[in-house]
Amino acid sequence: MGGKCDIELIDKKGKRVDGRTPEQLRDVKIEVGVLHGADGSCYLEWGGNKVMAGVYGPREAVPRRVQNARRAIVQCKYNMAAFSVDERKRPGPDRRSREISKVISEALEAVVLTEMFPRASIDVNIEILQAEAGTRCAGLTAAAVAMADAGIPMRDIPVACAAGKAGGHVVMDLGKLEDNFGEADLPIAIAPRTGEILLMQMDGHLTPEEFERAFQLAFDGCIKVGELQKKALMEKYAKAVPEGNGNEAAKEE
Amino acid sequence: MNEETSERRIVLPGELIGEGASLRPGQGAYRDRADGRIYASRVGVMGKHSGYVNVVPLSGVYDPQKDDLVIGIISEVGQSNWLVNINGIYPAPLHVNEVPWRVEFGETSKYLNHGDAVLVKVFSVDETKNVQVSMKDRNLRKLSGGQIITVDPTKVPRVIGKSGSMINLVKSYTDVWIFVGQNGRIWISGGDASMQVAIAAIAKIESEAHTTGLTDRMKQWLEEHGTVKPAGDAKPDEFAAPRGNSGNAEENKDASEETSE
Amino acid sequence: MSATTVSVILKDYLYKLAKEGKRQDGRTLDSYREIEITPGVIDSAEGSAKVKIGNTLVYAGIKMQIGTPYPDTPASGVISTSAELLPIAHPDFEAGPPDESAIELARVVDRGIRESGIVQLDKLCITPNEKVWMCYIDLHIIDHDGNLFDACSLAALAAIYNTTVPNARFELGEDCPLPLLPEPPISCTFVKYGGIIVADPAIEEEQVAEARITVATDEKGDIRAMQKGLNGTFTFSEIKEVIKMTQDKGAQIRKMLKKA
Repeated sequence: MGGKCDIELIDKKGKRVDGRTPEQLRDVKIEVGVLHGADGSCYLEWGGNKVMAGVYGPREAVPRRVQNARRAIVQCKYNMAAFSVDERKRPGPDRRSREISKVISEALEAVVLTEMFPRASIDVNIEILQAEAGTRCAGLTAAAVAMADAGIPMRDIPVACAAGKAGGHVVMDLGKLEDNFGEADLPIAIAPRTGEILLMQMDGHLTPEEFERAFQLAFDGCIKVGELQKKALMEKYAKAVPEGNGNEAAKEE
Repeated sequence: MNEETSERRIVLPGELIGEGASLRPGQGAYRDRADGRIYASRVGVMGKHSGYVNVVPLSGVYDPQKDDLVIGIISEVGQSNWLVNINGIYPAPLHVNEVPWRVEFGETSKYLNHGDAVLVKVFSVDETKNVQVSMKDRNLRKLSGGQIITVDPTKVPRVIGKSGSMINLVKSYTDVWIFVGQNGRIWISGGDASMQVAIAAIAKIESEAHTTGLTDRMKQWLEEHGTVKPAGDAKPDEFAAPRGNSGNAEENKDASEETSE
Repeated sequence: MSATTVSVILKDYLYKLAKEGKRQDGRTLDSYREIEITPGVIDSAEGSAKVKIGNTLVYAGIKMQIGTPYPDTPASGVISTSAELLPIAHPDFEAGPPDESAIELARVVDRGIRESGIVQLDKLCITPNEKVWMCYIDLHIIDHDGNLFDACSLAALAAIYNTTVPNARFELGEDCPLPLLPEPPISCTFVKYGGIIVADPAIEEEQVAEARITVATDEKGDIRAMQKGLNGTFTFSEIKEVIKMTQDKGAQIRKMLKKA
């Protein structure tokens, strides 16, 4: 946030530097069940972000000291590939990825029916293959789909989206330049059915009025992306039950 | 499966599937304390049955139930018990008192060792999901020979079929021994060529598990690929899937008892 | 619990098939699973590729940076290869610094590329003793279903053939392709169990394997790198047989790589 920039992030007609309107999301593409080894998986592209999520579990939590005798825990590992950013990132966790892993673990855990699996762990791995602003939202959104694909019992399918302020305007889903040179970023995750907030972070500077507007935009973005999550899951699972009385399906071959 | 409702659709976690105090949430469902309504917690097929609304899951790990017959693999050998990997969340202890042999303290590894496959029964699941297994029942034993394959545990009922129709169909065309564990592990034993066909057939059933007309298609496929012809008629009655409502789980268990053609 | 408690039955079954010269998935001893090579999948990298061998999935990305040369090679660029066995790839992989398996894997891939001289390091010198290009090859293992050695080697090769040196970004003139020799050596990996040697081991075959060997051969059939692993043994005639198979398979894979 707040870097110096000669570029006009938004023009007088309200067109953003990447051509979007203030209320417009980047393109989001979601595929379910793409990995062989993981119990559930999801590949997601969100603008220039490319994310792979894979879930294992519920399985016995290791080491034993992390077990909770009454419920399951969610252990998320958010990891960036060395080549996912312009300047090569040293492999392995750093302070930033540990913090993101923690807030995503907590956000996802909020919807899981954890009491069903005492002492177990749900291991959620998020691999950022290509990063372009908003990787935590893209990662959480992919992880939630992978959890549904893994059959983890949960109250809802969490979804994330950010809004922020760039070039003096409140805008939805900051792009790379807006993220680098804008005034504020507000990533949130929600449980779309109830509207409960699962994750919220903010950096930069917003007036209370701007915050309200930004929250509304991020929330709207979550609802839109949530529909795409459901569509992607149905694409995989709708095949599972044939429509009608089944005679047509029987003749298919 | 869905005697009481014509509604039978795929639902996702968080989807509203029922209302009213008279309806209760069953498998794959939960009641929201705030609004009193019932929502799905799993991806699955919704159905209403005897006052319950259920979501039969389409994915997920094996959730052990009492009396399930499962194929386990010994993962640890203790002084007076073994730990058995039953493809579930937690390893299940098998105590020396629950095996058909008299085992002296510290001599457990003489009977079962790390990596051995065993046919066991889930004899208790407590509130905190601690599972114990037993080998003290007819047919329960150590498995040797053959091969073990693993299918998605949620597809086991389909692999078995109504009253065992599907798995009997595979057996009748391949002349192999097949045991389907409720935990998704399947033991197959017989001639190499027949085993290959049986393995391929089960893979096909798994990948097409939720399509209709599968029994007919499998029959066709086995006519082409089977290594033997079924003895006598292919018992068409069995495939007509009598709509018994006496609980499929029970039927499936019977069906999973090992039989040889 | 460990998801890969290898059952005695699996081992016996694979050994029994081996006696008849067969494999569990019906492949012949020297055949590979389906190979898919997709270069240029990551925009943030200077070169990249996604490689699938059966269900095994690896991404390779190349980052080019400017650094100082090693004192003993003051006019040569630098190559560095890392591999991560990510916890997403297999239920037994844990997060954390690379263990010795990951290090062996990265070093074998590195040798296949470095020692073959396929990257013309002298052309990556900007100012001798001061500034050279550093070529970082990072292997991101996403799905492990056996034969990571070949999947990683192939992904690394496909990625370097896809690489652009970003001269313009560093005001060093125009961007250009990474200076490479046209014919790369290709690595093929084999494991031995029950008296047979099989190419491109699936994960179950690796789990029961007694010995493993990776051989890289070039377009002339010359041997360019080798690595034997595990505590089993090979005879010299077995090694010669493996080299012969590597020459055949390597030629086929080299063709696929060029087409990708």
